Amino acid sequence: MKALRNYLDKIKPNYKKGGKYEKWLPVFESFETFLYVLGDTTPKKGAHIRDAMDLKRTMSIVVIALLPALLFGMWNIGYQHFLSIGQGQEVSFWAQFGHGFIQVLPLILVSYIAGLGTEFLFVYIKGHEIEEGFLVSGMLIPLIVPIDVPLWMLALANIFAVILGKEVFGGTGMNIVNPALLARAFLFFAYPAKMSGDKIWISGLESGEGVVDGFSGATPLAEAAAAEGNLDLFHAKYTISDMFLGTLPGSVGETSVLAILIGAFILLLTGIASWKIMLSVFVGGVSMGLILNGFASETNVYMSLPFYEHILLGGFAFGAVFMATDPVTASQTEKGKWIYGFLVGFIAILVRVVNPAYPEGVMLAILLMNVFAPLIDHYIIRANVKKRLKRIKVKA
Amino acid sequence: MSKLIKLKKGIDIKLTGKAEEKLSDLAMSDTYAIKPPDFEGLTPKLKVKVDYEVKAGTTLFFDKYNPEVCFTSPVSGKVVSVNRGERRRILEVVVKPDSVIKYVEFKKESPSGLSRDEIIKNILKSGLWPCIMQRPYATIANPQVEPKAIYISAFDSAPLAPNYDFIVKGQESSFQTGVDALSKLTSGKLHLNINNKTTKSSAFTSAKGVEITKFEGPHPVGNVGIQINQIEPMNKGDIIWYVNPQDVIMIGRLFENGVYDARKIIALTGSEVINPQYYRIITGASLDSVTSNKVTAENNRYISGNVLTGEKIYKKGYLGFYNSQLTVIPEGNEAEFLGWGMPGLNKFSVSRSFISWLKPSKEYKLNTNLQGGLRSFVVSGEYDKVFPMDVLPVPLLKAIVIEDIDLMEELGIYEVAEEDFALCEFVCTSKIEVQSLVRKGLNLMIKEFS
Repeated sequence: MKALRNYLDKIKPNYKKGGKYEKWLPVFESFETFLYVLGDTTPKKGAHIRDAMDLKRTMSIVVIALLPALLFGMWNIGYQHFLSIGQGQEVSFWAQFGHGFIQVLPLILVSYIAGLGTEFLFVYIKGHEIEEGFLVSGMLIPLIVPIDVPLWMLALANIFAVILGKEVFGGTGMNIVNPALLARAFLFFAYPAKMSGDKIWISGLESGEGVVDGFSGATPLAEAAAAEGNLDLFHAKYTISDMFLGTLPGSVGETSVLAILIGAFILLLTGIASWKIMLSVFVGGVSMGLILNGFASETNVYMSLPFYEHILLGGFAFGAVFMATDPVTASQTEKGKWIYGFLVGFIAILVRVVNPAYPEGVMLAILLMNVFAPLIDHYIIRANVKKRLKRIKVKA
Repeated sequence: MSKLIKLKKGIDIKLTGKAEEKLSDLAMSDTYAIKPPDFEGLTPKLKVKVDYEVKAGTTLFFDKYNPEVCFTSPVSGKVVSVNRGERRRILEVVVKPDSVIKYVEFKKESPSGLSRDEIIKNILKSGLWPCIMQRPYATIANPQVEPKAIYISAFDSAPLAPNYDFIVKGQESSFQTGVDALSKLTSGKLHLNINNKTTKSSAFTSAKGVEITKFEGPHPVGNVGIQINQIEPMNKGDIIWYVNPQDVIMIGRLFENGVYDARKIIALTGSEVINPQYYRIITGASLDSVTSNKVTAENNRYISGNVLTGEKIYKKGYLGFYNSQLTVIPEGNEAEFLGWGMPGLNKFSVSRSFISWLKPSKEYKLNTNLQGGLRSFVVSGEYDKVFPMDVLPVPLLKAIVIEDIDLMEELGIYEVAEEDFALCEFVCTSKIEVQSLVRKGLNLMIKEFS
């Protein structure tokens, strides 16, 4: 490792002011800081020691927390695929995983290459070393798209998210909406044919090769929404354990509540994500689920879907754990986090059930609340200000 | 029965190198210096020149805008140099001491028989006035106003901080005399805040003429700003004074002996000190006189004060006016390969993302590495966990960034000082220099209202 350090020290002067590649310094630094925590020391006055935590570690822990969902997603893609061609029982675990791995890997690669490439362009333009936010976004985006999304669309969505979701506002920490969700929303509204329907959730289903007759690739949510009379058929098909384990069609990483909970455990244990937001999203979702149950009737069967199934299905858990907790776009005051989280869960289920156009409301609910988070914070801050003003009045 | 206030927010950073409760006298330093930059917002006017003979208590310089506030020599001897920095800013006024200290005579009388004005005049003349600080702004108190109350925090909760119980030992009567003098400066209360668990000295627990409040909890519970916020939060227009216990003792000695006796006890602490313990020195001693032969080889950082709020001093430098502590820790100027990805048994973090959290009672040897690069505010809620005030830290900091005076005022700039944000700066994932930002905000306010 000494040799690498010596090499870096040797070439570094080229990038310093007056050097051959002086304009490339931020790009150089971006790579250097990945290899090394630099020998920069604390200023002359102030805190002379610092917490060992930095943004690189924060972001890489989130990526680690995403791994269970990713690995499960890979297996599930394979499992669903072989199920669709009628080989559900015969194929080994590794064949299932292998199929999924081959399908998912390009999504991840394209996402990182397109996104990070755009990030580096901005590193060069802004002259500040890379900000680590995209480490997480680049992993989140492949996990929330249907498996057969064309790679060029994915690349386009990544570039769109980095530029219009983040860099136009000034980079990581300044963005208003979650870039990963923005990428998905972009795909959803720009290419609806590729982003919704019954054929897109299972790999190879669209091309239709070897698919068993009558096999439906619809997600459970779509089926629940389309159910007539009652949900008995639905419940005959999907068990609670299927929903919890995630052996269902859906976006790559969203199906397994178990894998997501492992990730949640990592995030909460390390203290990186806010437990307040996570908990309140679930509370909000349960509340809306219960309210809708109260209004359920023969003509609107979807409303009778039990609240706990709402929590287990679709992207709810994934959104609650990994999306709503994004510290930049969520509410930043501690009290605000409760309100923000609750409304995310509340609105997600409302959109899901009441709006017939969108079988899934989590994405829209989080994006909507991202936009409202600063407003929530504003009122929390004003409340603090009012308290201070009141103190003066009481005295006077 | 005194009130007990328990705080939950905050963190005690456990470092190696805590001072043993043993006191030694140190030989006189070769030179002593008073440093104008120690006093926030001061514009010094020199009263002496090189080669002037001074006594302990002779004014070296005074405040241009508050001429009665003077800064006096801690020893008798000869002014040997006035060191200046950029734009001829005065950095140090250096005095070479006589072998026996000669003192300027001040009023020697029990404060109980003196009026408020006489007490103020005596403290001002002796050069001890700068010990009295004020909130808002955390600057030297303005002698022309009367404060709403005066606060003394009898304990320091910062990492490796000196134990004032030990420092006050043998000087109990001087402390009480100092308290008597201070209590005449305000018609309000004189608050003495003690630690419910650790403060045992009768000088504090049975001090007379004070209102005692007990505190309990992690750092920054010992910060006077936090204590004020808990007892009676400051409003716009309020002025509160506060004094460090060691300075109260010095003020006491002034009235007992009639001289500026600048001897004080400091704790020499930190992982690079061979035998951390307490030493008796005179204010303004040189770093070398304190640390020579007492620290490990090299590449150390010398900090006048504690690791969270202190100031780095160079090998040829002098101890700060306000500090009762000198900390020596290793510099962290070496790059670490994949440092952000390591499990980190020897790394300290409030997040539980390094495996070191499994050993909560471990003492750390931390260095001065920044542990990352500067970013914008990304992670939320970090500061709130270590900031036990009813002030929203990040909105206030953002108001300072955009220099919005009204907003800063609304969000409570009057209640804070940079030291209250020290832990925020420590925990910050984005490595933002929070304390200098707060100071920038305070200076903006001072400028706005002057």
